[in-house]
Amino acid sequence: MRRVVLALMLSLALVVAGAAPALAQNSPVEIVNWWTAGGEEDALIALFEVFRDQHPEFEPISSAVAGGAGTDAKAVMITRLVGGNPPDSFQVHGGAELFHSYVDPGFMQPVTHLLEEWDVVDDFNPEILDLVRGEDGEIYSVPLNIHRSNVMWTNQRILEEHGLEAPETIEEMFDVFEALEEAGVTPLALGDLNRWPTLHLFENLMLATMGPEDYNALWDGTVTFDHEGLREALELLDQALEYVNPDHAALDWQGAAELLVEDEAVFNVMGDWAEGYFRAVGWEPLEDYGWTTVPGTEGNFMVVTDTFGLPEGISNPEGARAWLQTVASREGQDAFNPIKGSIPARIDPDVERYSIYLQSSIEDFAQDNLTPSIAHGSAAPEGFVSEFEDILNEFVTVRDVDHTLDRMQTIAGEYLN
Amino acid sequence: MRYQVKEKLLSVGILAPSMLAIGVFVYGFIGRTIQVSLTDWNDIVSFMQGEFDFVGLQNYLRLFNDSRFITGLWNNLFFMLFFILGALALGIMMAVFINDKPRGHFIFQNIYLFPMAVSFVVTGTVWRWIFAPGSPRSPRGINMLFAQLGRPELMWRWFTSTFSIGPFNIALVTIIIAAVWQFSGYTMAMWLAGLRGIPEQLIEAARIDGASKWQIFTRILFPMQKAITLSAIILMAHISLKAFDLVYVMTGSGPNNVTDIPAVYMYETTFRGNNYSRGAGISIILLMMVGILIIPYLINTFGEE
Repeated sequence: MRRVVLALMLSLALVVAGAAPALAQNSPVEIVNWWTAGGEEDALIALFEVFRDQHPEFEPISSAVAGGAGTDAKAVMITRLVGGNPPDSFQVHGGAELFHSYVDPGFMQPVTHLLEEWDVVDDFNPEILDLVRGEDGEIYSVPLNIHRSNVMWTNQRILEEHGLEAPETIEEMFDVFEALEEAGVTPLALGDLNRWPTLHLFENLMLATMGPEDYNALWDGTVTFDHEGLREALELLDQALEYVNPDHAALDWQGAAELLVEDEAVFNVMGDWAEGYFRAVGWEPLEDYGWTTVPGTEGNFMVVTDTFGLPEGISNPEGARAWLQTVASREGQDAFNPIKGSIPARIDPDVERYSIYLQSSIEDFAQDNLTPSIAHGSAAPEGFVSEFEDILNEFVTVRDVDHTLDRMQTIAGEYLN
Repeated sequence: MRYQVKEKLLSVGILAPSMLAIGVFVYGFIGRTIQVSLTDWNDIVSFMQGEFDFVGLQNYLRLFNDSRFITGLWNNLFFMLFFILGALALGIMMAVFINDKPRGHFIFQNIYLFPMAVSFVVTGTVWRWIFAPGSPRSPRGINMLFAQLGRPELMWRWFTSTFSIGPFNIALVTIIIAAVWQFSGYTMAMWLAGLRGIPEQLIEAARIDGASKWQIFTRILFPMQKAITLSAIILMAHISLKAFDLVYVMTGSGPNNVTDIPAVYMYETTFRGNNYSRGAGISIILLMMVGILIIPYLINTFGEE
């Protein structure tokens, strides 16, 4: 009898010992993201602060997977979801990527009722909600921010030094490039170690040569890949590659942005997450760095939106809902976005908190045509994107326009029907 | 008799769990991968719903018409060849040097072996910094060293070079150097262990007969170390087929796939492009290549026993 009592007491002690830390600690909410670069991580930390303020009973845990555009994070996510071990919430680009990889296979729960419950649906930009709305009319993730990808960043000091101005048309762009090349400065910084930056540059050229209507129509099949604009874009890319830094294959996107900071290159076509990097290294807008839309794409807004979704079968559904509420809140978006260098998906930002660049972006966003990015998963399924990157990677070295067009048409036929 | 039966049952019982685990997690999954490689599972939706059609060898045919895959195979072949040769040559040289017990040989022995303690990921990161070419105007890494030493003609584009001699992409040289750096200490350790087992009298006798150092090495040491050398070759050959981490961290697949290997392509097409069947096909081809390397070795070893 005494033994049984002792055993019971021991197991009770074990249970208490096990439960005590759990009671003392806040319940963790695991969030997978790919924000590891300077400005990005700071922005996430700021958002975590708001989350802790709004929901002190939860503790956010960041599971970050390094790599621009989330290429490696996506591989980790698919593996975890297929393996039945989802994080409580994860970063995903709105558009094709969200639906092809996550919603259609049945990994996600809709969040429409949550947004309605918090009464924030009307606070979001409706066009952005369209990017995360499925064919069933349900919303599948909460957009946190909007990045513009058709931005050309400039090193203001070198431009001024050579008496040049940021170009507005493609012709002007190549004139400026030529002048800089003669002056002994690298005109265009590119870092395509991870392949997608070439596609990023190319999709902007596609938008410039095809125009927004035809570019957007590529993805529903009403315009096909034998469009004349595609050949023109390839020829422009061919021409632009004459002006890039010779070590482009050894750098990632940040390495390319760094070339601007080190006064080694003048232009960089990169999404406006690059601004977060420029600010993190202490550069001043308009003084050190400037910006313009990629020549030929004015009036268009190539959109990349980071959103957070609600996977099925998560371990902390309460925490995940609280997290999404913070993501959807004005405080959360206004804490995150000014640091990240993006504009909020909500239409009621505290404009004062945003940088000069972001204020101009908020203005443009309200009136421009929206076009989805291929490189950032909004336009086409990932199988297409991955092969498209392969094709462009070959083109950068081989420069065979006809062969490249052939291959593009083949994979378009395979994936976009 | 009863005792023997009991003995047998006991050994089967002890072996059963590990045999079961290997059966399921190794052979079962190999079978599953072969099955997937014969289907058209090329997006995540049909993957989750298990809808697929058998398409026979179509994935394999496509791979052998895929310029990226063919480039990767050639790269892997050259990488394997030069990596093994380099690591063996350097490792054997170091082993012979250490075996002579020069002053401080203990320190050298450790220095040579240390790279083994580092993972491929770390090796790749460090050598990527060293070989990052920069541009002629502002060189980086080893190019910067050449520029500062006043030898700018030695600067080249290292792993971003797209120059090739026949099917050999010279950008691979950088990865080969990194891998040799890491594994030559390992061949040294294997050889050293063998050398210590060779009786001193044997070498002494050869020396009295007037054999030169080179003759001792080629006629006595090398033949006696044949088994060890063969083991080292087999081991490094399969490591070079699985050098995913080194290549992925150091250079990625490179411009026009100059540093691509099938393992990297497998990862990218499977987990980025969601082309599960094609990725399974690449895995099976890699498995067969490892098999070609290892099975003759196993037959040889067991044949001798």
